[in-house]
Amino acid sequence: MERIVPALLVVVGAPAAAAAYIAAAEAMLARAPSSRQRAIRPWLWAAPALAFIAVFLVYPALSTIALSFRDAAGHRWVGLANYVFAFRSPELLGALWNNVLWLAIFTAATVGLGLLIAILADRVRYGAACLAVVFLPMALSFTAAGVTWKFVYEFRPAGAPQIGLLNAAARAAIPGFLPRAWLIAPPLNTLLLIAVGVWIWTGFCAAVLFAALRSVPAELTDAARVDGAGEARLLGQVVLPTIAPTIAVVATTMAITSLKVFDVVYVTTNGNFGTDVVANRMYKEMFTFQHFGRAGALAVLLLLAAGPVMAATVRRLRAEEALR
Amino acid sequence: MTPPARPRGIAGRRRLARALRAAPVHALLWALCTVWLLPVVGLLTSSLRPARDVSASGWWTVLAHPAFTLANYREVLAADNMGQSFWNSVAIALPSVAIPLLIAGYAGYAFAWMEFPGRHTVFAATVALLVVPLQTTFIPVLRLLAALGLTGTFAGVWMAHTGYGLPLATYLLRNAAAALPRDLIDAAAIDGASPLATFFRLVLPLSGPALASLAIFQFLWVWNDLLVALIYLGGQPAVAPMTVTISNLVNSLGGGWHLLTAAAFVSMALPLAVFFGLQRYVVRGILAGALKG
Repeated sequence: MERIVPALLVVVGAPAAAAAYIAAAEAMLARAPSSRQRAIRPWLWAAPALAFIAVFLVYPALSTIALSFRDAAGHRWVGLANYVFAFRSPELLGALWNNVLWLAIFTAATVGLGLLIAILADRVRYGAACLAVVFLPMALSFTAAGVTWKFVYEFRPAGAPQIGLLNAAARAAIPGFLPRAWLIAPPLNTLLLIAVGVWIWTGFCAAVLFAALRSVPAELTDAARVDGAGEARLLGQVVLPTIAPTIAVVATTMAITSLKVFDVVYVTTNGNFGTDVVANRMYKEMFTFQHFGRAGALAVLLLLAAGPVMAATVRRLRAEEALR
Repeated sequence: MTPPARPRGIAGRRRLARALRAAPVHALLWALCTVWLLPVVGLLTSSLRPARDVSASGWWTVLAHPAFTLANYREVLAADNMGQSFWNSVAIALPSVAIPLLIAGYAGYAFAWMEFPGRHTVFAATVALLVVPLQTTFIPVLRLLAALGLTGTFAGVWMAHTGYGLPLATYLLRNAAAALPRDLIDAAAIDGASPLATFFRLVLPLSGPALASLAIFQFLWVWNDLLVALIYLGGQPAVAPMTVTISNLVNSLGGGWHLLTAAAFVSMALPLAVFFGLQRYVVRGILAGALKG
């Protein structure tokens, strides 16, 4: 309880300090010649944010890139040895392959299901409630989501009553079905973990796409209806092309999420039974094997994979800025 | 089969036809929502069942044989450290939300309304940092915090969460500021308002919804975070937040589903309350982030 007191002081103190900082910065600026003011002011306003970002994201990323060319403890230069290891070790190759599966299936499923739910929810009066239901998993911790789904996938030997939903449902649906220990049998287990990821993230896609659908101008859809377009053609030739940019944004966000995927795997199988992914592997190299060089190489691989997405985002921002 | 024609038959038949055409939409939507809810319903139901029942029969059998108890919750809440870790979570989350808000607001204002060379590049680079996997930062930041004597302290975690949250925060608040009409900002400047006054009297109040949704997202993220706490706090009970305590409980309980489900639901309670209580702002925040650029 007594720990709350300093925390509350910070809650009040941090904004106060930030306000004092900007007031002091402006007071200092007021003494400078006005041409100088215009050049310096933006940097003073952005400085606190940029400083935090530099210390907690930029410096660590650069330092990790440097570590990726060094040995386990980070002392000796080893050239590309860590990268060679990454592409030779069967475990790491397996993790890389699983990341490819995540990238393809997770991205397609979250965006596809999200779009489907958004389109359906747009047609009924209780659409907002459906979106809230699908969005709910986003508010849960990965630990809680992990417990939830391990319980769904729970296995009891044949003959014992099944308490896991999946085995019970499969037995009810398929005569003669033998219960399975889902999470230890590749390659299905990776797909089941992807399903957990889809359960968590589809709500995000659905909410964003739902809003995009709502913002399609009514004149556009009315005009198409007057021209005699059926619902299917309306959707395919008017609505979807109109919201295509939003679909692209959602898809890139999901692609990045799939590259970084860690928590779902960490809390359910911890990467055992052939379900490992690169980010979890990196965590193991770092904290279990204490091999900072290899962990760094894996981090760099993830950054490289995300590179094209980053570049596309930067291009999009610039294009939108030009329109302002 | 259509009913025999009555005076109002045509309208009725049309309504029936429309209802039939809409039926697949309703059915599909209900099916999807059921699939999404079932795992959580199973979790909640199991957490309320007696231990023996949970391991002897599926949770859906309560429909036929209802039997409930609060014993699992009593046991979980009495577990070592649960009360302490609740307050630890609060003490970690509140400052981690409060510190970045104004800072991000300043940067967002600068990126949206101040002309300077490198503006687009620096802003784009900030957004691009959203793709950096957090795990890449752990070793260097851990060394840094150790050098400052901040490992195992809340102050270290507050700063780390601030750093990690700022790219998204800056992005959202810059978009909120950029969405204000240019005339408004120009008029303020012509009236002689200083940047300070423009920001605090105009930009900040008008960014209210964006600030609210940002605060909610940052709160959910920090409250649900396991990794950052595990690594920078080191997991000692005195400073461990709920996620760490519950994940320890999960590891030590193994197959005790009656307790696991109760523990999981305890950890969900506050985020779910925040989510449903402030849902309006959550959705608005997503829209601001994803639709505007």
